[in-house]
Amino acid sequence: MSIDIIFKIAAIGILVTVLNQILIRSGREEQAMMVTLAGVVVVLMMVITMINNLFTAVKTIFQLY
Amino acid sequence: MEIIQIVAIGIICVIILSLFRENFEDVAIIISLSASILIFFIIIPKISNIITVLNTIADKSGINSIYVKTILKIIGVAYIAELGVQISNDADEKNIATKIELAGKIIIIFLSLPIIIALVDTIVSILP
Repeated sequence: MSIDIIFKIAAIGILVTVLNQILIRSGREEQAMMVTLAGVVVVLMMVITMINNLFTAVKTIFQLY
Repeated sequence: MEIIQIVAIGIICVIILSLFRENFEDVAIIISLSASILIFFIIIPKISNIITVLNTIADKSGINSIYVKTILKIIGVAYIAELGVQISNDADEKNIATKIELAGKIIIIFLSLPIIIALVDTIVSILP
């Protein structure tokens, strides 16, 4: 739960953007779409665990059962 | 102090977001969501201290603990709903934002029903 998660997400985002451009320039649009999807899925998985921690924390603090 | 940490995270996220705003919108939304989650995790110990002090004051002054619990629940629901509304507004999804807001309000009204009933009872009992 520190800032390196944000750096990881940003790194994955930049990587996917670059790969996307390379694949599009080289004429492989489908693979570019695949790379974009894979990137978003990886980032989403990381964020889902954070959201889960957030909701459990709020539940315990505010006794929201 | 935590405030320095919080502001640092905020500024870093704004800079990273400005990088992602034009060409890669969905990662930008995820980064703003993760930034808000990180900032919330920093202030969690402070919130729990406030809540324990609130409970002790309520117990000392003899207020019925149900009222304090309901207030805490309402604050929790309001915070989560606000998070959802801000994230969906950030992604220009006005429709979802209004739906979440509506649901949040209804849940808060629902949570405050017992207090309203108790209030009405006391008023009726006071009247001659």
